[in-house]
Amino acid sequence: MSSYAYTLLIPLIPFFVFVFVGMAEDKLKGKLGGLIGTTGLGIATFLSYYTAFKYFISDHVAGTGYTSLKAFEITWLHLTDKLTINLGVLIDPISVMMLVVITTVSFMVHIYSLGYMEGEKGFARFYAFLSLFSFSMLGLVLATNLFQMYIFWELVGVSSFLLIGYYYEKPSAFSAAKKAFIVTRFADLGFLIGILILSFNTGTFDFKELTNPHGVAIASMGGAAFMGLSVITWALIFIFIGGAGKSAMFPLHIWLPDAMEGPTPVSALIHAATMVVAGVYLVARLFPVYSQTGPAALEVVAWVGAFTSLFAAVIATTQTDIKRVLAFSTMSQIGYMMLSLGVSKYGGEDGLGFMASNFHLFTHAMFKALLFLGAGAVIHAVHSNDMNDMGGLRKYLPITHITFLIACLTIAGIPPFSGFFSKDEILSAAFESNKILFGIEYFVAGLTAFYMFRLYYNIFWGHDRHYHHTPHEAPLVMTVPLMILAFGSIFSGFLPFHNLVTSDGLAFESHIDWMIAVPSILVGVLGIAVATVMYKKENALPDKVAASFSFFYRWAFKKFYVDEFYLFVTKKIIFNYISRPVAWFDRHIVDGTMNGIANLIVFVSFNIKGLQSGRVQQYAFVFVGGVVALVLIFVYLA
Amino acid sequence: MIDNIPLNAFLVISTLMFFIGIYGFLTRRNLITMLMSIELILNSVNINFVVFNHFLYPNQLHGHFFSLIVIAVAASEAAVAIAIIINIYRNFKSIDVENLDQMKF
Repeated sequence: MSSYAYTLLIPLIPFFVFVFVGMAEDKLKGKLGGLIGTTGLGIATFLSYYTAFKYFISDHVAGTGYTSLKAFEITWLHLTDKLTINLGVLIDPISVMMLVVITTVSFMVHIYSLGYMEGEKGFARFYAFLSLFSFSMLGLVLATNLFQMYIFWELVGVSSFLLIGYYYEKPSAFSAAKKAFIVTRFADLGFLIGILILSFNTGTFDFKELTNPHGVAIASMGGAAFMGLSVITWALIFIFIGGAGKSAMFPLHIWLPDAMEGPTPVSALIHAATMVVAGVYLVARLFPVYSQTGPAALEVVAWVGAFTSLFAAVIATTQTDIKRVLAFSTMSQIGYMMLSLGVSKYGGEDGLGFMASNFHLFTHAMFKALLFLGAGAVIHAVHSNDMNDMGGLRKYLPITHITFLIACLTIAGIPPFSGFFSKDEILSAAFESNKILFGIEYFVAGLTAFYMFRLYYNIFWGHDRHYHHTPHEAPLVMTVPLMILAFGSIFSGFLPFHNLVTSDGLAFESHIDWMIAVPSILVGVLGIAVATVMYKKENALPDKVAASFSFFYRWAFKKFYVDEFYLFVTKKIIFNYISRPVAWFDRHIVDGTMNGIANLIVFVSFNIKGLQSGRVQQYAFVFVGGVVALVLIFVYLA
Repeated sequence: MIDNIPLNAFLVISTLMFFIGIYGFLTRRNLITMLMSIELILNSVNINFVVFNHFLYPNQLHGHFFSLIVIAVAASEAAVAIAIIINIYRNFKSIDVENLDQMKF
């Protein structure tokens, strides 16, 4: 077993870049800050690839499973002998896979932003925040224990907040940042409660002890029941609430569409490829616990995932802001991943769903980052987010057009692109477990193809709009990442995930089940065909369809009024019936007491200030009188 | 010789000096006179020290030394006080204590 201690550098390099670029922000002229950030992340990317090669290939003994090992660990906080909080680096299949995903996408985004963010105010600040995010996210996936994960989980939330609010002069941007932070923070409360319940019952934070299926920790679970479910199931459900908040699962999804106010590369990195899959990663990380002790919690995961994927896909068909379409599509795809985890079991071929989920996470990171960066190139060209301002762009943006088309085909699940393979595994896993869930996902697959091609045709086909200037292709520094990611989207489907990332570390045989693959390709093609008929040439059909479903269309367009519902609950109910009385109590009772004391003192001192006359002899007289009085008291009374 | 005089006689003298000093300090307006009153008070205390030492512990010298310390402190105090009085005079052209009541609320 050779050493992996150098993996500590992978999160630390972005951290030092963050500190340096953040401190020297004003001094870094031009693109210098960006170049430093990109170089630092390039090194981290290289180290991640090297780690992946070493872990999966060169150090691997054929025929054995992949074990998890701690490359590094220190005690960070020693509370009692039993309760310590450690920081460390855990190397196992999913963390190595996440390293590759995060550093790849982050590196691409770093390069891309050199072009996209050129000339923006606070260019170096942007790179400092990107580095902070990369550090937090890498620390999150390498966490050796739940508490370290929680720490980095919050750090990721902070960097997401900072980056969404990057254009902080814009009111919509900072309110979106606040919204994202508050919603995810609210969900994190659930996560914390879950951590505390789980650790209280098992006596450990450590992932290795916690997830060892034959270990003490899992065996010791069970215990008391509450409302028909065991305490551990409740703990796992609470932890899933945290994951659902970060991963924008219904009903905690409301922050993600608004988070699109951030710069587009940020949306690609944080709100498509990495941070939003943290919830999936969390469930995958604790998967043995979920499957061995809390199948009911896993069922919750599956249904929430399935519902979100359907819900988001329906909304995505009606939106006109291209980034919002992509945001809802992200939610829908993460729903797939959650569902896949939810229907999975532990070990061997039963763990197909687990593998499929991680597989889809991997391919999704590639093609969704590509879609966002492509959308960024389009926005860069036409200076608008709205697809009504776009059309006929395929002539002007050839590279963007081709890469975007590849990404659309990938997400629609057309072979031989990677999305086909991962989606097929998910559908197989769902089919084996629950036919209703399979039906939902099957329908969503068609819907996905439809809304992605609606987006594609609206941007790149149709007639030209009135552009302020002729749209131009993005510079090379932006198109090269697009091409690299397109390459990843095409070929990452051929990675043998069933040998590498499985629930118990052991390889299993997996093959494409054509009984499921063929119908899923057909539904994808059907979705594309419908989109082609409706949107390739402009015609009245979309409006007619919208009109015939007018009620339903309006609901979907308004995102089913979930935002309005939240506003109603917070503004009308919480503000009026809780916050206002509390504020009144604070203002009148608490402040009143304090102000009363202060006023009393002012009143008293105003009246006795005459005693300080400035006359020395008067003071002396009082002093002598006092002494005489004391003497008299002591002599005659004591 | 001193043994012929009773203790009470000394105490009466010192008490008189003490209250004369207090009276002077509280009633005189001239700062110099007030300073002199303080000297009276201090000296009445000195008498007490010396006399009690003599009558109660004839073989020891603590009281004598204590009165020496008081004299030394009184001398330094007089030096400081006179310096302050001179400065007051320069600022106010007066050493009447009735005029010196700026140090108030």
